[in-house]
Amino acid sequence: MEKKQETAAQKALRIVKGNPIVLLLLIAAIVVGFMKDNFFSWANFGNLMSNTAVRFLIALGVSGCLITKGTDLSAGRQVGFAAVVAGILCQRGDYTGRLWKWAPEMNIGLVFLIVLVLGLIWGLINGLIVTKLHVPPFIATLGTQTIIYGISLVISDAQPIGGFQKIYTTLINGRIGSVKGFHLPYLLFVAAVFGLLFWFIYNKTRHGKYMYAIGGNEVAAEVSGVNTTSTLIGIYATAGVMYAIAGYLLAAKSGGSSASMGQGYELEAIAGCTIGGVSTTGGIGTVPGILVGVLVFELLKIILQFLGVNPYYNYVVQGLVIVLAVSLDIRKYIAKK
Amino acid sequence: MSEYVLEMTDVCKAFPGVKALDHAQLKLRPGKVHALMGENGAGKSTLMKCMFGIYKMDEGQIKLDGQPVTINDPMDALHKGIAMVHQELQPIPARTVGENIFLGRYPMKKALGLIPIIDHKKMYADTAELLKKVRMNFDPKQKVGELSVSQMQSVEIAKAVSANCRVLILDEPTSSLTANEVEALFRIIADLKAEGVAIVYISHKMDEILRIGDDITIMRDGQYIGTWPASEMTTDSIITKMVGRELTNLYPPKNNVPGEVVFEVKDFTSINPRSFRNISFQLRKGEILGVGGLVGAQRTELMEGLFGIRSHSKGQIFYKGKEMHINRPKDAIDQGVAMLTEDRRGSGIMGVLSVADNISISSLNQYLDYGVSINSKKVESLVQDNVKKMNIKTPSSKTQIKSLSGGNQQKVLLGRWLANNPDVFIMDEPTRGIDVGAKYEIYCIIEEMAREGKSIIMISSEMSELIGMSDRIMVMCDGRVTGFIDGKDATQENIMALATQFE
Ligand SMILES: Nc1ncnc2c1ncn2[C@@H]1O[C@H](COP(=O)(O)OP(=O)(O)OP(=O)(O)O)[C@@H](O)[C@H]1O
Ligand SMILES: [Mg+2]
Repeated sequence: MEKKQETAAQKALRIVKGNPIVLLLLIAAIVVGFMKDNFFSWANFGNLMSNTAVRFLIALGVSGCLITKGTDLSAGRQVGFAAVVAGILCQRGDYTGRLWKWAPEMNIGLVFLIVLVLGLIWGLINGLIVTKLHVPPFIATLGTQTIIYGISLVISDAQPIGGFQKIYTTLINGRIGSVKGFHLPYLLFVAAVFGLLFWFIYNKTRHGKYMYAIGGNEVAAEVSGVNTTSTLIGIYATAGVMYAIAGYLLAAKSGGSSASMGQGYELEAIAGCTIGGVSTTGGIGTVPGILVGVLVFELLKIILQFLGVNPYYNYVVQGLVIVLAVSLDIRKYIAKK
Repeated sequence: MSEYVLEMTDVCKAFPGVKALDHAQLKLRPGKVHALMGENGAGKSTLMKCMFGIYKMDEGQIKLDGQPVTINDPMDALHKGIAMVHQELQPIPARTVGENIFLGRYPMKKALGLIPIIDHKKMYADTAELLKKVRMNFDPKQKVGELSVSQMQSVEIAKAVSANCRVLILDEPTSSLTANEVEALFRIIADLKAEGVAIVYISHKMDEILRIGDDITIMRDGQYIGTWPASEMTTDSIITKMVGRELTNLYPPKNNVPGEVVFEVKDFTSINPRSFRNISFQLRKGEILGVGGLVGAQRTELMEGLFGIRSHSKGQIFYKGKEMHINRPKDAIDQGVAMLTEDRRGSGIMGVLSVADNISISSLNQYLDYGVSINSKKVESLVQDNVKKMNIKTPSSKTQIKSLSGGNQQKVLLGRWLANNPDVFIMDEPTRGIDVGAKYEIYCIIEEMAREGKSIIMISSEMSELIGMSDRIMVMCDGRVTGFIDGKDATQENIMALATQFE
């Protein structure tokens, strides 16, 4: 009633406060920042931003599945698939290693659309399997991720793909400003646009409310007149589109792609969401939270990199953080009861 | 020895935004039924959860046999001989009755004299024994999910009894039981009393309280109002103390005039051969049609079938002469039908979502700007209107609905459906868990809807409510309609006669 509207900053602060992991990592970042010279550099900042941007898009995609008590294990493979398709179609016409020599050089905008449609189709397939065949999302997407990976291998001939059109790589890796190394990557703006869009969908549209309702109690949602089937299909389809966008961007960002691109990204995305307060028990999760979660996870990676930790140990640490984050999430849930 | 088995004094407990308990007090005598009464949100369940170790009290003292004790968690409470049947049931649907009862304390045996394993044989034998003790005869190996709400309730009671407790808390145990089962429960209570168990009995049903209560404690807004011997109290005096003012009428005067037939059901039959079959009835404009019957009469199943929650094999539904095709609730809602379901937790509330989200979910189309964007001011005014109209106690519209008291949750759900302004409103036990004062408000809302020309179907297991509110009563028994009684001629006896026609 009289309770004041929370500003975005207060909300971010609350997420940080409510989540000790976020706090710990922020402290770690500051400590590392004072230990290592280049940590607080604009280059490092830009790097963190563009890494986060792509991961954020994937996390937004998977968040809908998580909020409705599902999951999407095919996220990473869908990113790889989109990267492979975009890579093949964006190859220069005169590139000797061209995979589809018979095809004409394509407009990269058209390629973007093609990739989007394919992503949409994968998402629809996931959604249909979950809602119409009643396969639990965990199993359904476990199956489709293998299928998608197989198809990526077939169409890429299991070869790395390079020789992209210049406009594709320069456009996506573009940045604004370059004063004393300070710059803002375009990717940041892409992420911002989608962040706002998702915030709008989650908070202001029927689709968003229906999504939270399904996560809160699917039976009650159905009884209240929510078309749970079409809402869920919509969620998985949207997720597919987000992975496709991420894949398209990622291929250009790395200047090359292969079927194994995006491997494990589903887990990072799920981890990011969970660290950011998306509850695995359904019905809870916010876009600012997801952003914080992803950012913090990327920060963790950069910290480890700066500390010169053996990259193999990175996996160990990241895994520990995931387990810790989820256990704390569950703990919060139990404590409230 | 103290006169009391258990004493709670000066208990305070605050939640964000509410002071749920403000120096509450309760003193239980052995072998007596202690009725705990108060309006929705008065703090009854919270006080019990403090006793059972679910909540930690901010202040206050608990004494067991005169000795101060602290109760850390429900396990601790069970060890100290305190057991509780919750207002909101929490069984594990995919497990058997036996497993639910012995959850966490399975009887063990040694396989090969070494490895401890669960002794299923003993577990099911003990379960059968317990079920007999609570006078219920169903298969211990049946999955709890297949039971009706009332049967689940019996399982919960059996579970509490199995703990060999000295204090038993029953939080609205009869809210989903019908007359026969209530009698069965009262016999169990009498058995337990004879064994010296102290029973806390929470209910909004006055007749029950006056019948089985020995002592009555009344709470208001988290505060202790007083304790009296039940023999000195009357319905009126209880209500006055609960509400803090006098309530003269239990039912509003009825001024609705049933008009022409608008809604008609023909030969409606479930796909499940043991459920409802060949149901035909008519509903008039502005009519309140009560639906009576015992548990197992398939009243809920029939209504859920009409609303598209359950499937039917044949039959037709007409509204104003036009056939309705309903395959899922959305179809029914789009055609102006609403249904308040019986199982509040299972198919009603979305626990972690806010009061605002819960109340607006079925009527979101009404709050759109430009056809897409939900206007939160409109939603807020919907919440405030309902809060005022039904006196819903909630700290804010953003509060998670699961932290509201049971009765207040029910009011929010009622508000959800009223927001749709339905032409036909099916209500399955609309006043379950609602206090006397609020009941009257809800009856007024029902009567007003009927007066505006809406048609209402009201399932109720409370005889007086059925008789007091209905223009006509349809009685069911064993999946069939056994007769219609005009509201003016209805008596407990003629309803029961029809309800037991096939028994
Ligand atoms: N977990 C919780 N978090 C926040 N507030 C709570 C919580 N549990 C109860 N409350 C609040 O405490 C007050 C007392 O609730 P309680 O459930 O004890 O009422 P009650 O007397 O049992 O009502 P009813 O007859 O409706 O069951 C209510 O205002 C409720 O909103
Ligand atoms: Mg209660």
